[in-house]
Amino acid sequence: MFFLDHAWLVPLIPALSFVVILLFGKRLPRGGSEVGIAAVGASFLLSCGAVAQWIDRVQNADNSHGLASAIGALGRGIGRLGAEGGEARVLPVIHQYTWFQNAGVKLTVGTQIDGLAVMMMFVVTLISLLVHVYSLEYMRGDRRYTHFYAALSLFTASMLLLVVASNTLEMLVGWELVGLCSFMLIGHWWEEKPNSDAALKAFLTTRTGDIGLLIGVVMTYFVAQSATGHGTFNILVVNGSAASSKVSHTLVMWTALALLLAIIGKSGQFPLHTWLPDAMAGPTPVSALIHAATMVVAGVYLGARLYPIFWYGLSIGTPGHGGLNAMAVIGGITVLIGAALAFVQDDIKKVLAYSTISQLGYMVMALGVGAWTAAVFHLFTHAFFKADLFLGAGSVSHSGSHHSFDMKKDMGGLKKYMPKTFWTFVIGSLALAGIFPLAGFWSKDEILVNAGHNGYQGFLVIGAIGAFMTAAYMTRCVYLTFFGEYRGSVEHELAEVHEAEVLAEGDELVEHHLAEEQDDYIPGFGAHAVADEHGHGPHESNGLITVPLYVLSFFAIFAGVINIPGIERFEKWFQPRAAFVPVSPAKFSVIVAAISLAIAIAGFGVAYLYYWRKAGPQDLSEHNGLARAGKHFLVMKYYLDVLYTDIIVASIKGPIADGVYWFNQHVIDNVLNYAGRGAVVAGRFTYQYIDQKGIDAAVNEIATVTGDSGGAVRRVQTGRLQFYALILVLAVGLFALALWIFT
Amino acid sequence: MLLNQFLLLSAFLFCTGIYGVLTRKHTVLVLMSIELMLAAVNVNLVAFGAFHNSVIGQVFALFVLTIAAAEVGVGLAIVLLIYRNTHSADLDDVHALKG
Amino acid sequence: MITENIFFGVIAAAMVISALGVVTTKNIVHAALFLVIVLAGGAAQFILLGQEFVAWVQVLVYIGAVIVLFLFGIMLTRAPMHPEETLDNDLKWPGAAAALFLAGILGGLLVHTFHGVKLHIRAPIRTIDVTNAIFRVYIIPFEIVGVLLLGALVGAVVLARRD
Repeated sequence: MFFLDHAWLVPLIPALSFVVILLFGKRLPRGGSEVGIAAVGASFLLSCGAVAQWIDRVQNADNSHGLASAIGALGRGIGRLGAEGGEARVLPVIHQYTWFQNAGVKLTVGTQIDGLAVMMMFVVTLISLLVHVYSLEYMRGDRRYTHFYAALSLFTASMLLLVVASNTLEMLVGWELVGLCSFMLIGHWWEEKPNSDAALKAFLTTRTGDIGLLIGVVMTYFVAQSATGHGTFNILVVNGSAASSKVSHTLVMWTALALLLAIIGKSGQFPLHTWLPDAMAGPTPVSALIHAATMVVAGVYLGARLYPIFWYGLSIGTPGHGGLNAMAVIGGITVLIGAALAFVQDDIKKVLAYSTISQLGYMVMALGVGAWTAAVFHLFTHAFFKADLFLGAGSVSHSGSHHSFDMKKDMGGLKKYMPKTFWTFVIGSLALAGIFPLAGFWSKDEILVNAGHNGYQGFLVIGAIGAFMTAAYMTRCVYLTFFGEYRGSVEHELAEVHEAEVLAEGDELVEHHLAEEQDDYIPGFGAHAVADEHGHGPHESNGLITVPLYVLSFFAIFAGVINIPGIERFEKWFQPRAAFVPVSPAKFSVIVAAISLAIAIAGFGVAYLYYWRKAGPQDLSEHNGLARAGKHFLVMKYYLDVLYTDIIVASIKGPIADGVYWFNQHVIDNVLNYAGRGAVVAGRFTYQYIDQKGIDAAVNEIATVTGDSGGAVRRVQTGRLQFYALILVLAVGLFALALWIFT
Repeated sequence: MLLNQFLLLSAFLFCTGIYGVLTRKHTVLVLMSIELMLAAVNVNLVAFGAFHNSVIGQVFALFVLTIAAAEVGVGLAIVLLIYRNTHSADLDDVHALKG
Repeated sequence: MITENIFFGVIAAAMVISALGVVTTKNIVHAALFLVIVLAGGAAQFILLGQEFVAWVQVLVYIGAVIVLFLFGIMLTRAPMHPEETLDNDLKWPGAAAALFLAGILGGLLVHTFHGVKLHIRAPIRTIDVTNAIFRVYIIPFEIVGVLLLGALVGAVVLARRD
């Protein structure tokens, strides 16, 4: 089990590449990208090996289990470990190293490799590798090319650390690191203020969720402690403890709620979803990697990893209260609001961002209704088709719309100019909408079926509505981008170029032009056919961009196969086999599948009619006040941003800050001022009265007294003999008297 | 005869001599007053000698006498010196030690 | 007994008045002469006490030599021969007080100690006893006094010579 035992290599190699790129990247011939690609490629190969070995492990366990139970009495003896319905219990491969010990508290760092981990490793490394390759072309000539690759490597390493973590503390470290990388990468072009603002917004909003994470992680320690008597952060133990009856339900519930807050922040659930659309200010490869495929799913991963806590804490398995629990409700709301907002976006990346929010809502909702495999499977497929869509959008902007993402202003009719991008984008959209037989169909359908099966019918309906909306807005997006007349113009193109050149730094400017002159800049991939900066129209992108699109489209089509009814390997291989919950996955239902497909096609149809055939009320918001108000409400993103920034933050900033400032100026400073003034007055007083009049007077008095007394006594020294004689006589007389009296 | 009368006489003479020492301006007068004191002492000594019926009083008085004479000689020499230096035998004018 | 007392009283009175005269007179020469009377009275008292030798020595030395010295001193220091305004300094009253104070103490002490002690003079003391005492018992003081006299003599000469 080499790959499973040495899974620690998988995050380590990108981490090392991060350091190497930082130190040596600028001197390398390709600016550090070769190191990054090599490292992620190596991690990908290791992850593939890990997947293969894990599947092998599961198969062996199942075979021996099946064999054992078939033998009967002998089987009962062997198969004594609790297993889910005919499947063997397979422990994850855990390797830990204790790095801190004190008074019975042991903190470890290590890897816990099970099906979920290997699946995530595969997805993360694959998409990261594709993004690395894509960025060779997309980020060519960028002002901070080397740092970009360094940050990508660091991100990959952090995400992998989060995935292979064996205890919740390590997970927390990985979580925070990916948050940091997200900040770095969103703000890659931080010289423009909107970009750095977006980076800050992302960081701070996820930070709000991280409050929950920190509390939740600490509480997992206590969950483990109350179950086993010995506190630990180890995930396997924590999961096992959540199921134990010794733990109070309230503790598990609050842990679940705290962790749910973390998921809301990181995975863009309502109400902390506002950062995700703004995060599109980062470069498109970053959006594809981080904000579509991997980082935002960290929250879902957390939910999947620590599922027993949620299952028992939120009582997912026993839907009471009319079939509601916090997780499912939040997921459901997110599905709808994300989809609604995607309709009013002009920026293609923002459409995809809201789509991501909506799909993340699906995943969380699935977890909330007890469909663990469905959620994780949807995560798996979503990574591929969403990355496909984002990279496609990047390709459009790079070669089609002169680095603009505005569909209404600069795109349109690109189908004939960029066929490869068009087809991969369409494949991604169909997968997203859930059209048979693409991957999204199987994963989304599984969510809907499980929602209905587990008693959460309401969420089935929500999911269906969401599917309708998804199909519709993606159709709109495809139409605006690839159909109709091309709206970008040469003047606009030149203006863009000049603007871009002014913003770029001097050296990169020269390099940019030089790069465009050379035909064989990237050997093996063909020249960048025609530089669009020299005034040519939209064209297809370079192979470096299109090949990743092909790979992703391939997965978008076929990734669903792994769990289609009859095969269902995904569940068998990747669902946890130890310390898990008694999920009862629903069987594939043709009825539900057919209905969801019909709904998706209906959504597509409605959009087609509206846009292609111009049927129905066109430009409704121009004529109808109610429609306009509704559209405005959506455009203002439900005024949530206004609420957060202008109301909550400003009211805290404004009055409280002013109040604190007033307090500081008038009270604290006054205390100091008065203290100072008091000291001055005291000093002056001391000087005048105590020093001058008091002490100096005393000293002067002493001198005067001495002088005067001396003067007085001097008068005895008259120098006159007879005076002395008088004194003498008097003295003698006194002595005689004394002598007489006392004898 | 009472012893006391001699002693009292001597005491009176002595104190008179003291008064004279303290009071008189002229140096020679001061010396004279000293002589007066010494004479008083002599009387005292001889009275005691007579009281004890021994020669000791006399002998002591003789010695005092001799010393007195010597002292007068030296004293007057000093007076002469003072007079030569300051042209005045006034003790009030000898105040070089005035502090 | 009574004779002695009368003689004593007369001589004592003379001595007292003369002593007062020494310290109060305005004439220096008169002061010297008063001193003579005091010394003479002293000698007489010695005789009354039966101490003849010292009486006559007093007359010889004191009155004969010392007074003469005083007179020479008066002359050499050109002291005013005629009565002057005053020969007292400004310490009159303090001096008087001091002297009276001392006198009071001495007198009181004497009266307290020797009250009613009688003197019994059997016979005058013979000169031979005095000389025996001087030249036998008190020979060393005698010699020393001789040396002292020599010293005083030399000293006086040295001090007073004109050079």
